[in-house]
Amino acid sequence: MSLPGTDPTGPLNDESYIQLLAPDGTRITSAEFDPWLEDIDGDRLAGLYEDMVVVRRLDQEATALQRQGELALWPPLLGQEAAQIGSGRALRKDDFVFSSYRENGVAYCRGVDLTDMIRVWRGNRPSGWDPYEINMATPQVIIGAQTLHATGYAMAAKFDGDDAVAVAYFGDGATSQGDVNEAMVFAASFQAPVLFFCQNNQWAISEPVGLQAQGKLSDRAPGFGIPSYRVDGNDVLACLAVTRKALDHARIGGGPSFIEAVTYRMGPHTTADDPTRYRDANELEDWKRRDPIDRLAALLSAEGLLDEALRQRVQQAADDAAAEMRAGCINMAEPGDLELFENVYTAPHPVLARQRQHYERYLDSFEAAEWGH
Amino acid sequence: MTTMTFGRAINTGLRKAMENDPRVVIIGEDIGALGGVFRITDELQKDFGAHRVIDAPLAESAILGTAVGMAYRGYRPVCEIQFDGFIYPAFDQIVSQVAKLHYRTRGRVRMPLTIRVPFGGGIGAAEHHSESPEAYFTHTSGLRVVAVSNPQDACTVIQQAIASDDPVLYFEPKRRYHTKGDVDENALEDALPMDRARVEVPGTDVTLVTYGALVQTAREAARAAEDDGVSVEVIDLRSLSPLDYSTVEASVRKTGRLVVTHEAARTGGLGAEIAASLTERCFYYLEHAPVRITGMDIPYPPAKMERHHLPDLDRILDGVDRVLGRPNSLTGLED
Ligand SMILES: Cc1ncc(C[n+]2csc(CCOP(=O)(O)OP(=O)(O)O)c2C)c(N)n1
Ligand SMILES: [Mg+2]
Repeated sequence: MSLPGTDPTGPLNDESYIQLLAPDGTRITSAEFDPWLEDIDGDRLAGLYEDMVVVRRLDQEATALQRQGELALWPPLLGQEAAQIGSGRALRKDDFVFSSYRENGVAYCRGVDLTDMIRVWRGNRPSGWDPYEINMATPQVIIGAQTLHATGYAMAAKFDGDDAVAVAYFGDGATSQGDVNEAMVFAASFQAPVLFFCQNNQWAISEPVGLQAQGKLSDRAPGFGIPSYRVDGNDVLACLAVTRKALDHARIGGGPSFIEAVTYRMGPHTTADDPTRYRDANELEDWKRRDPIDRLAALLSAEGLLDEALRQRVQQAADDAAAEMRAGCINMAEPGDLELFENVYTAPHPVLARQRQHYERYLDSFEAAEWGH
Repeated sequence: MTTMTFGRAINTGLRKAMENDPRVVIIGEDIGALGGVFRITDELQKDFGAHRVIDAPLAESAILGTAVGMAYRGYRPVCEIQFDGFIYPAFDQIVSQVAKLHYRTRGRVRMPLTIRVPFGGGIGAAEHHSESPEAYFTHTSGLRVVAVSNPQDACTVIQQAIASDDPVLYFEPKRRYHTKGDVDENALEDALPMDRARVEVPGTDVTLVTYGALVQTAREAARAAEDDGVSVEVIDLRSLSPLDYSTVEASVRKTGRLVVTHEAARTGGLGAEIAASLTERCFYYLEHAPVRITGMDIPYPPAKMERHHLPDLDRILDGVDRVLGRPNSLTGLED
């Protein structure tokens, strides 16, 4: 008996997905999806390229900061740039994102401050950014829980008669969670304007996607009455076009959609993980041939757009972003001694106030002892 | 003042909250046309519409999880959990999400949810319909937990809970749903704050602390003790988190004796927390170690056995005897 998910001819390895940009950079035309890319001219293509390069660079910088002891942990998104930039750039400002911990590329598209991106990973803050500043909820570590929040947000948007869409990002592993399945039930029943964006990066820590599902993840949503797409997650144009289509569907009252972006986690699960214990190095080599950035670079080259000026501009943007993140990390103010007590409640809480007061006295007792000697 | 049942009083409070604030929505199972299995939401869907009184598909985690999403958008959802024993599928959303989001976002995101939970036994119910899970939630920072004991509080406290910007678990003693009482529907303004305990029966010899359905039992115990020449001060905690220690402490300093009673199992229960805290706070005023009269440390038993599990008048009086150093069921065993 083979291990779940290891059958190379099984449905999970089926490459029948929406692809508009082949791994070699060939642009594949599509009557259904090309209309969603009409505005993507040379400049916009270059913009997507820049986004992906910058985000990869930020990801590498954060990994380096972790190795240098400046961050406690980092969950790399290496390999998932197209899925995150393609979908992230499809969103409107007033759409609201509910993500997991790995969607820092999406956060980048939302305009997150680069220091805010890493606060939580340095251990300085319980979360990084102000959700209402970038319309993106604080990242979720409880696998799948955020899909319900997105659904509830979408239900509320519908109550308000607003055409904003809520987008839930989650992984292949998350699809096994009850919350994700409950979210699809609620989204369908209430025809909530929510987009379920699943990045199938093939792994949930050490577990292959075949352990979560014996069929395609995208085949599940139709069972809930939710239209579903399976897209090449390393193809930024396909991710952009399909996300735009699904968002539009939600905006005009069509209800939820599901997108499975087939991609690959090229790095470890987090900086604390060692993938050599559970996966074959050949697999990585295989996926490197489908790299999301290389293929867009190939398209840009073929169209004569990847000139020295563009290369330099992108390089500069990546270097600047990385430097900004590093400086923000290293110069981040340490939290105050009593900050841990803040914001547990919105209103006074005598029991906690007393605990805080006692702890404050305890801390002060050190100072008193020092003066006393 | 209107005389109404406990259940009707909650319904009245919900209605007022919905009238006062269009952002209040109710979500739960069977709460629409049926009005809830206990009829607490009777007529509300008819009057406020299906988008404000939402019959949810049968999934508790999703009821809470979607309410979180609504709160992100400024709504004030009231979630109805059909019975105490069905809150556990929602546990993660309550403990990991609802309780923590304000903290995690450094105060940017508020979770003004109210989670209504019919709780407790004494109704001869089937499995999973008689539990007292409050200690799981009083142990969780970020939540406020209340338990009401009479129709007036039921009506005002539900409105206070909904108005609170913190998430509130609102425990309703289901065996008292049909108890009648006078309710001033407009008592909200000068009502006792939600986080304060109330001295239900004044007394001088023993402090008897409880909440929910047992407040009535405690009152009966105080009356019986009085016949016996013992003056019992009954305190209805009302708020289980935070606990109103100042009210309890003032009483214990006066009586020197403390009995805590609840239906929930003893180990790790609220009685333990109250006994420990009061011992810390007023050890030198105590004449006897605090005594807990509680449910047994067992899964909730079948209906025919529940009378042995639930604290009743006699068990409470036995505890009162113990703190008074009078002969009691454990005489000769513990000393
Ligand atoms: C409820 C829960 N169970 C377990 C974990 C530990 N955990 C963290 S990430 C992860 C794997 C998630 O895989 P997937 O959904 O595919 O997302 P990915 O990490 O690949 O982006 C696990 C098991 C968790 N965070 N939450
Ligand atoms: Mg994964």
